[in-house]
Amino acid sequence: MKRLKALAATAASVPITLFGLVLVTFLIGRVMPIDPVLAIVGDRAPADVVAAVRLELGLDEPLYVQFWIYLGKLAIGDLGRSVMTSHTVWEDIKRFFPATMELATVAILFASCIGVPLGVLAAVRQGTKVDHTIRVVCLAGHSLPIFVLALLSLLVFYATLHWAPGPGRQDIMFDEQVPAVTNFLTVDALLARDWDVLRDAVAHLIQPAAVLAYFAMAFIARMTRAFMLDALAGEYVITARAKGLSAARVIWKHAFGNIAVRLITIMALTYAGLLEGAVVTETVFSWPGLGQYLTVSLLNADMNAVLGATLVVGVTYLAFNMLADLLYKLLDPRVS
Amino acid sequence: MHVDIQNLCIAFPGATGISHAVRNVSLSIGNEKLGIVGESGSGKSLTARSILRLLPRSARLSADRLAFDGIDVLKASESAMRGIRGKRAGLILQDPKYSLNPVMTAGAQIAEAWRMHRKGGAREARDGAMDLLDQVRINDPARVFAAYPHELSGGMGQRVMIAMMLAPDPELLIADEPTSALDATVQAEILRLLDDLVSRRGMALILISHDLPLVSHFCDRVAVMYAGRIVEQLGAGELARARHPYTTGLLECLPALSHPRPRLAVMKRDPEWLK
Repeated sequence: MKRLKALAATAASVPITLFGLVLVTFLIGRVMPIDPVLAIVGDRAPADVVAAVRLELGLDEPLYVQFWIYLGKLAIGDLGRSVMTSHTVWEDIKRFFPATMELATVAILFASCIGVPLGVLAAVRQGTKVDHTIRVVCLAGHSLPIFVLALLSLLVFYATLHWAPGPGRQDIMFDEQVPAVTNFLTVDALLARDWDVLRDAVAHLIQPAAVLAYFAMAFIARMTRAFMLDALAGEYVITARAKGLSAARVIWKHAFGNIAVRLITIMALTYAGLLEGAVVTETVFSWPGLGQYLTVSLLNADMNAVLGATLVVGVTYLAFNMLADLLYKLLDPRVS
Repeated sequence: MHVDIQNLCIAFPGATGISHAVRNVSLSIGNEKLGIVGESGSGKSLTARSILRLLPRSARLSADRLAFDGIDVLKASESAMRGIRGKRAGLILQDPKYSLNPVMTAGAQIAEAWRMHRKGGAREARDGAMDLLDQVRINDPARVFAAYPHELSGGMGQRVMIAMMLAPDPELLIADEPTSALDATVQAEILRLLDDLVSRRGMALILISHDLPLVSHFCDRVAVMYAGRIVEQLGAGELARARHPYTTGLLECLPALSHPRPRLAVMKRDPEWLK
């Protein structure tokens, strides 16, 4: 019963947060010193055309009326039309977001599978060479700007060693060879049983995913190490050892068992961060994801697209935040 | 079962040099109830935990002899130590709030200890744990079995801790201030329970405390520690014959209902005691 109440409280906070998100995004979009009308008609259009389009977009109305209209359209899922692609923003997002999600999902899997064991190992061997090595490796991960890392990896693995295929999501000769069902290229290739496309997609995916994963891994490993050190200093670890349990059981069952929930939270938030923060990596690798869509739209003053994409990122972040919250409440017996 | 400690030294290297926490302690423990008394930092816990080699990682341990029933603890492998820990010697810590794993149920923790050292499956372990909960006089074993530590009171938690350490039927029980975190009334219950279980099972007991009268009342023998040394060993009921000025000083400081005094004595420490 208590748990249900807690869940309800979490759920109730969602509409409020969402409303705030829409409001802030909308205001930022409107107060920016760019003219959405000029972006549509061009700067040589006659004055009467400019005025007509301004009227058509509702820009002559006061700001709160414009916001009301935007909210009304948003409620029926209408994010407007992108000037740049001339598709609806929703169609664009359906096309670009899966690319980002594919990249971020592979990256978070790499990062967790490597980062968590590394963090545990560093904590167990605190102060030894192993610990120092892991810490230096992680320091590089979260102190090097990600574009430096991305460019360096392109230079080394693509330009010099020719191990990796170049930027982009797939080779141009495979373009549109498999039907777009989920827009996850690897999944679509699997569904179409087209192994060449699959191989090519995976090859293109590995490098940007590895760069993102390194960045995320550094953070996850550092947090795991800190949590583990805290857990290993606990009295219950002495109890577990006094029971005669093996070192592995003391570490993984007792100490790690106590930090697992916190780690899941960290991983969920890191994943959300990857979904929104892959902008730079996507630009360097010409990855046709949401980050790139957002950047290009912004540079072209395509405000409907910017607003729509920002909202998607915000909602995703919110969703993962909630998920982390829920997992915490469900999995930790101390939170009720 | 016989624990033999000769010239035990435990030191911690620090930024300002090495600090000696335990200096040249010699003790011999047979099948008896030994109390170790001393103030915080006197080295009583470290001395007892060294028998299980459960010291902080930075501790430097040395001794002429440190043996548990003939097994050289200084040289024993980690797996040999695991044969002693839990199985032959249990350790009860001070505060069940911290010493029980907060994300495992009490029952799971007892059953884990049971399974570690006895043959049997999950069902036997469960039955064994229920039986142990009954032995530590918990009225509602099924509820406590399924409860998480934060759902238990301090006294209940300590009973769970005792049950867990009794699971493999050890020969020696080390109780490191088992009642310091509990209310006075619960303290007495837990001590009675310990006393009862120890005599019924014929276990040896090392009781660490800073309560001198309590320990002397409860144990066969008392070792008084001060600044890493044993300054005096006394038999049960021999407190009146204490010779060392630290021990007599401590006893002087105690208020007594039968002999009310306007002013309690204050202990004067003599640097000579450190030599």
